[in-house]
Amino acid sequence: MLYHNASHGFIDGVVRGYLNQLLTSANYQNLTQCQSIDDMKLQLGPTYGDFLSSLPPGPTTSALQERITEKFIQNFMYLKANSNGTLRKFLEYITYGYMIDNIALLITGTLHDRDIKELMDRTHPLGKFEAMPVLSIATNVEELYNSVLIETPLAPYFKGSLSHQDLDTLNIEIVKETLYKNYLEDFYQWINSNSETAGTASAEDVSGFLQFEADRRAINITLNSFDTELTKPQRTKLYASIGKLYPDGTTLLSRADDVDGVVLACQGVPAYQAALESAGMGGGPLGGLGNQAGGMGGGIRNLDELLYQREMEISKLAFTQEFSLAIFYAWVKLQEQEVRNVVWIAECISQNQRERINNFISVLE
Amino acid sequence: MESNFFKFVMWLNWFIIMLVLFIAFLNLVMGGGEVFDIGAIIESISPNWFASTGIGLCVGLSVLGAAWGIFTVATSILGAGVGAPRITNKMLISVVFCEVVAIYGVIMAIVFSTKLNSGASAEEMDSHAAHFTGHGIFWGGIAVGVCNLLSGVAIGINGSGTAIASAANDTLFVRTLIVQIFSSVIGLFGLIIGLLLANKLPQFGE
Repeated sequence: MLYHNASHGFIDGVVRGYLNQLLTSANYQNLTQCQSIDDMKLQLGPTYGDFLSSLPPGPTTSALQERITEKFIQNFMYLKANSNGTLRKFLEYITYGYMIDNIALLITGTLHDRDIKELMDRTHPLGKFEAMPVLSIATNVEELYNSVLIETPLAPYFKGSLSHQDLDTLNIEIVKETLYKNYLEDFYQWINSNSETAGTASAEDVSGFLQFEADRRAINITLNSFDTELTKPQRTKLYASIGKLYPDGTTLLSRADDVDGVVLACQGVPAYQAALESAGMGGGPLGGLGNQAGGMGGGIRNLDELLYQREMEISKLAFTQEFSLAIFYAWVKLQEQEVRNVVWIAECISQNQRERINNFISVLE
Repeated sequence: MESNFFKFVMWLNWFIIMLVLFIAFLNLVMGGGEVFDIGAIIESISPNWFASTGIGLCVGLSVLGAAWGIFTVATSILGAGVGAPRITNKMLISVVFCEVVAIYGVIMAIVFSTKLNSGASAEEMDSHAAHFTGHGIFWGGIAVGVCNLLSGVAIGINGSGTAIASAANDTLFVRTLIVQIFSSVIGLFGLIIGLLLANKLPQFGE
């Protein structure tokens, strides 16, 4: 703690500056009053001015998203360029998650005969790596590993969980979740064991984030696996061994046959139980799943949104800790949510769905 | 490999400690207990040594505290100043606070050094007064140095928080500044005690 600022003090101040620039509840209130995306552009001016000025009049939502993401990426790259040592490695660790998402996206797209160029545009810029375009040639897991991933930092996550099956939709999901599980465990192990962060507030806070991520994934895997070909032993292998649900909750999750089973498994952690209950899953098989775009509207929020809300609250709290690496993780999450929020509001405005416009998640005052 | 090395060093440490204790015990039971007369050892050291070491620690620890404070607070000022340039001017006061801590150390080192006297004869240096001055400067120097070291660290950590807080909300600057002033005062305590002590100490050879 006493030496944290010597190596990371500057960049720590910068990321806190980024936090101050994020949109607040009042900004969102103004955004929801907008009549068109041009209005939104005006409202976003103070934060995104330079990036939005080149947008033509009447821009599409995707163009808006592209520019906002561009600022996010530019800020992240600035942090990465100015960081050193442990922080640098930490920021790299953050990008691995996006790399895994990109790999899954590209392979799924290739399976459905999408154009590789179109797919490349949809990948997350944080998770870009050199060998990415070559991913489309892979037809089975072994090829995927030997031709592409062996040169990426993800290679160790592949080892030991390699199967010789052909890639199909189910398989890709398994590969993705296995990679993610190994990634989370490795990240957790690293933050809790390297000499600079072990036993500090950084390790504590980052572990909290990783545990939450592991639990969220475990819950989502279980909920999405009902009525699919995924067998229970296969499913059990996908749960990371770091979350708050581990080991009791994950054991119960691995036995769950329906939503009630998931609710039962989450009983040990009040926060998840509350989220499941307010998502309407406590009483019966009512839960609507999907991302923000699939929200049910009105007062009831779906589980994903509630868990996002929880993640945002943890992220906001992380900034109360001085001399911690967790604020970088928290900022990435908050900024990502801001992109989702702005895109959601823009979509609602352009598609005239005003009654659902308030379904964004905002925690900053 | 590395852990093996540490294990070896640990083992070696234990071995040396045990050996010393064994020899001490052997001397004690065989009537040689006065070999370990710590008072005599301290008395045999020249008061000049105590005085010089005290002055060195006084200024050294103070400067360490100041430097520690400055690198903690200044990096935060620079970082937070990227998003909110308005804070950089007024946050300089935190750097000044840290610097003051070093100046306390320098002042005390100067006051203590007036007690040194190369003209004092060997008999005069062995007197009660000379030993009093030597030990006074030694422990006075440590008191001032440690006070300033901890004061510097405290200002650094508080200042880092002040920089970040006032970048987020300008009204927080004055409030958090008060915390910094209190951190700065703990260094002043060391200075005051050091000055009072220095008043009591006669010059070598007087």
